[in-house]
Amino acid sequence: MRRNPLAILAILALIALAAAIGFMTIGARGSWSFILSFRGTKLLGMVLVGYAIALSTVLFQTITNNRILTPSIMGFDALYGLLQTLLVLVFGAAFISGLDARLLFLIEVTVMMGFSLILFRLLFSGALKSLHLLMLAGVVLGILFRSLSGFLQRIIDPNDFLVLQDRLFASFNSIDSQLLGVSFLLVGLVSAIAWRIGHSFDVMALGRETAISLGVDHQRQTLVILLLVSVLVCVSTALVGPATFFGLLVANLAYIIMPTAKHRHVIPAACLLAIITLVGGQTLLERVFAFNTALSIIIEFAGGLFFILFLLRGAIR
Amino acid sequence: MIEIRDVSKTYGSTVVVDGVSLTLPKGGLTAIIGPNGAGKSTLLSMVARLLPMDSGQVMVDGLDVARTPGDALARRLAFLRQDNHMVARLTVRDLVTFGRYPYSRGRPTREDQGHVERALGYLGLSDLSERYLDELSGGQRQRAFVAMVLCQDTDYMLFDEPLNNLDIRHAVGMMKLLKGAAKDFAKTVVVVLHDINFASCYADHIVVMRDGKLFLQGTPDDIVRPEILSSIYATDFAVHDLDGHRIATYFT
Repeated sequence: MRRNPLAILAILALIALAAAIGFMTIGARGSWSFILSFRGTKLLGMVLVGYAIALSTVLFQTITNNRILTPSIMGFDALYGLLQTLLVLVFGAAFISGLDARLLFLIEVTVMMGFSLILFRLLFSGALKSLHLLMLAGVVLGILFRSLSGFLQRIIDPNDFLVLQDRLFASFNSIDSQLLGVSFLLVGLVSAIAWRIGHSFDVMALGRETAISLGVDHQRQTLVILLLVSVLVCVSTALVGPATFFGLLVANLAYIIMPTAKHRHVIPAACLLAIITLVGGQTLLERVFAFNTALSIIIEFAGGLFFILFLLRGAIR
Repeated sequence: MIEIRDVSKTYGSTVVVDGVSLTLPKGGLTAIIGPNGAGKSTLLSMVARLLPMDSGQVMVDGLDVARTPGDALARRLAFLRQDNHMVARLTVRDLVTFGRYPYSRGRPTREDQGHVERALGYLGLSDLSERYLDELSGGQRQRAFVAMVLCQDTDYMLFDEPLNNLDIRHAVGMMKLLKGAAKDFAKTVVVVLHDINFASCYADHIVVMRDGKLFLQGTPDDIVRPEILSSIYATDFAVHDLDGHRIATYFT
């Protein structure tokens, strides 16, 4: 009677595989070596981004005990935008473009992790509602970062601004292949840590009190997961730009289609769903709509419809 | 033995728990009673290390709860709060299995499964074990949480108002169960109660708190007296001996 989680995962994996094969082969003409490396880079990028967004959203929702939040509420992507703006403002677009993208990327990751660490240290002094205080501070800081970026972008050199705007738009067409290697490394590292502490995710989802009562060091675990989330957000934002609604969509889809709330089922489901949506959506975009629109528009349109539907049906609690 | 030494907790300028020192003996059922806002739940939360204390120390079997690693303490002391909100969609069995987390780290062994089955059986939840928590009544959900705590198999079990949401039959069943656990398995059960007569009939030891301070402690025979209860609750009480129990009435 009850659906088997492994069977669902297998079906999702098959669909993801089909989407990947479709993306690589449909409409392929000309030299295979070119197609493989050109589309392969894009495919790897999308798989990595989908994985990073899905994992970060599920983990963030686990530590906040809230299924309608995404890491963007903590101002993570706003900080990324501000960092980019500041770099371009201070050093100029020419210097930034000349710099090794990987070095820049590592600097950005470090700053973002430092930001979550400071935020956490300042506010997580152990008072009762402190995680909510932490999120509130994140919301306020996010607004500050966005306004600051907006202000700086107005006084910036117009030529620099064009370069900056290009860096800040979410686009799956211009995945920076230079960053793929270091991104894989970081995401691999994050996954290894997540795997090691994975047994506590289900307990963390029970809420602070129950988790502590069951012997989980809730505060430390929250900090570790927040740091992992900030790395993942960094990777996905750096590769394609801010795409946060997407995480909300795949995480909630995973909660709905999986019969259990166990992370060892939900996380793979969310990641596979993310890959299916990204790769399948991009295939549709390139082959059916002939690049006439942006993938993020399609995803947010379909995602919005989906959300309204489920809200009406009362399936999201 | 739980030793509470001069523990205080302040929220802003409000002193919620004010220098409480108390020793809870090993074994038996201890009831903590007192009017609203007396600091009962706060004190229990600090013993269970859910709230940091502003000053003082709590020792459980000689272990300082503020310094002992969480998983070591989780095998000695379990705590259940009065309201347990949950986002995740879990079955009763999933929830009860979490009680074994301190031992098996999310990979329950056959022995753990045995504990789960026994706890489900104790609480009369075997038939409901595959139901989701959000499909249960408030009382059934409460019992599922108690089953999880039983499954944790700790020497000390702390309950913050476990009779909330329970009808008369299940409230009596719960108290019998807690009393039975204390008696048969030599567990130490500490319960915050509002119903003075449940405390009178089931507790071995009653601790009374008022205004953040330890007001009185003693056996039910010491505490359940009209003049003492009136001084605790500022209400007129009459106490009757019925079938060997002291029953307090205060309704008129």
